Amino acid sequence: MAKVFIYPATSLILSDMVTRFGHKPLGSAIAIRERVQTPGLESPPLQITPEEPKKGLAWAAVEVPAGVRGRMSLYGPMVEECDAAIIINNADLAFGCMGCARTNELVKFLLRQKEMPRLELEYPKNEAEGVQFVAAIKKFLTEIGGKK
Amino acid sequence: MTAPVRIAQLSCGADYSGVQEEINTAARSVNGEIFFPDIALKDIVRDFDKFGLEVRSPDLKLAIARAMALVEGRVDADAVFIATCFRCAEAAIVRNELRRYILEHSKLPVVSYSFTERTTSGTLLTRMEALTTIARRRALLAREVQEGITLGIDSGSSTTKAILMKDNRILGKGWMPTGEVLKSAHGVVDTALAEAGMKLSDVQAIGTTGYGRFLVGKEFKADLVQEELTVNSKGAVYLADRQHGPATVIDIGGMDNKAITVMDGIPGTFTMGGICAGASGRFLEMTAKRLGVDITELGPLAMKGMGNRVPMNSYCIVFGTQSLVNALAAGSTREDVAAAACHSVAEQVFEQQLQEVDIKEPVLMVGGTSLIEGLVHAMGELLKIKVVVPPHSQYIGAVGSALLASGFIKKDGTDAGH
Repeated sequence: MAKVFIYPATSLILSDMVTRFGHKPLGSAIAIRERVQTPGLESPPLQITPEEPKKGLAWAAVEVPAGVRGRMSLYGPMVEECDAAIIINNADLAFGCMGCARTNELVKFLLRQKEMPRLELEYPKNEAEGVQFVAAIKKFLTEIGGKK
Repeated sequence: MTAPVRIAQLSCGADYSGVQEEINTAARSVNGEIFFPDIALKDIVRDFDKFGLEVRSPDLKLAIARAMALVEGRVDADAVFIATCFRCAEAAIVRNELRRYILEHSKLPVVSYSFTERTTSGTLLTRMEALTTIARRRALLAREVQEGITLGIDSGSSTTKAILMKDNRILGKGWMPTGEVLKSAHGVVDTALAEAGMKLSDVQAIGTTGYGRFLVGKEFKADLVQEELTVNSKGAVYLADRQHGPATVIDIGGMDNKAITVMDGIPGTFTMGGICAGASGRFLEMTAKRLGVDITELGPLAMKGMGNRVPMNSYCIVFGTQSLVNALAAGSTREDVAAAACHSVAEQVFEQQLQEVDIKEPVLMVGGTSLIEGLVHAMGELLKIKVVVPPHSQYIGAVGSALLASGFIKKDGTDAGH
């Protein structure tokens, strides 16, 4: 089983596919669930406090906006933890959406810097491309040791 | 209890910066309710394309679509709060364009803010209060004439002012540096009452504003306790006799600066800066002290000098003062140094704040610093227009409070007096 970072990190379809092939998806749901389930925080809806942008300094300098650093405090540890990554570029908003373009650029860069299996695909524009898209993800997840 | 003012939030990064709860708290404390306009996914794509600003961040696209839903009446709101991360260029462009778009196409009051993770509800309070005041008290803000006997108290960070008015005329004034807040307030009220030859029990309604408004308001059992953004703009257009049409009010205060656009006496958009003391009246106070003159002499001194003869390469109050000291040591005249200090403050306000409001003439400078002639001159040069300083401009908050407080006088004459 591999820990697979999914991009967009909010994509339920990607998360589901990674799980179906016996891997662990790393995405927004996990990071946010940990925060929401942590007792004692009073900062709804995401339970992110001003401490998170400070933790984000590990991945982005102080002159980088607080929103980027706050997001990196969630995604940064998962980028470090992952064994593989699937990146879908130019995805439709309905497929999965990460709010800040600067954070997205940084997350993708950090994933590309890691020496690990990585699949990068463009979001499909028609049914034929959609079939190829799913097949490519299936092949990748199988090759990194997933269920047949 | 009145229904909360519904404030639509258009933002990017607030939740991830850990400041969402601070925004909610600030809104709740002034009986406001933050909400996010609910729109369909297809609307986001359609409205974003229609708006025509090609940003890449999806949260900013969402903010644009939400703004369009508000303007087109698909979502109801009383006011709009636009917030994005400080230092994000993409967000700064969206913030400005959305503010302009909403003001041009709707009657919704808007405030925009760029936050860091250090932004607190306290920082946002005055802005939120102004937003809810404009939404809730539009009828009160439309008042153009002072009636009866009213007292206005402006408890500022540097000075405390009081104005006693009767039947649209100023009868008494009080001014002193703010020390102990209540002691200073009593001091200026006593002075104003003495000048008017009246007693506190003669006063029919009291209004307070400024940093100490809540404390002073409680002490004097004020009828109106209101933030300085709406009060000062009201006072400014009243004293300048520009109650109809557009105007821009600039108030460089001891601790923060305000730039407010006004239409028919009601604020439309405003910015409030307070991060750097180098852009405040405090810097001019320090300059005057270093030059060995009273603050009242700094303006005339600056008018005799040429600011560009003195190198000022820092906006920081500490390093800025050091530049002035170095200039004096290098042989610069006191006049040139005074002019350079005035230019530095005006330039910072111009660059950092006036870019966020759409300047409409007349431009009214108010507050204690408007009496510093050199500062007004420097601002006029930067804006390339003649800046108007209304009479009694240093009492602007107190006058605005006294004017608006007269809306609380009972018509049946049953006021108990204070």
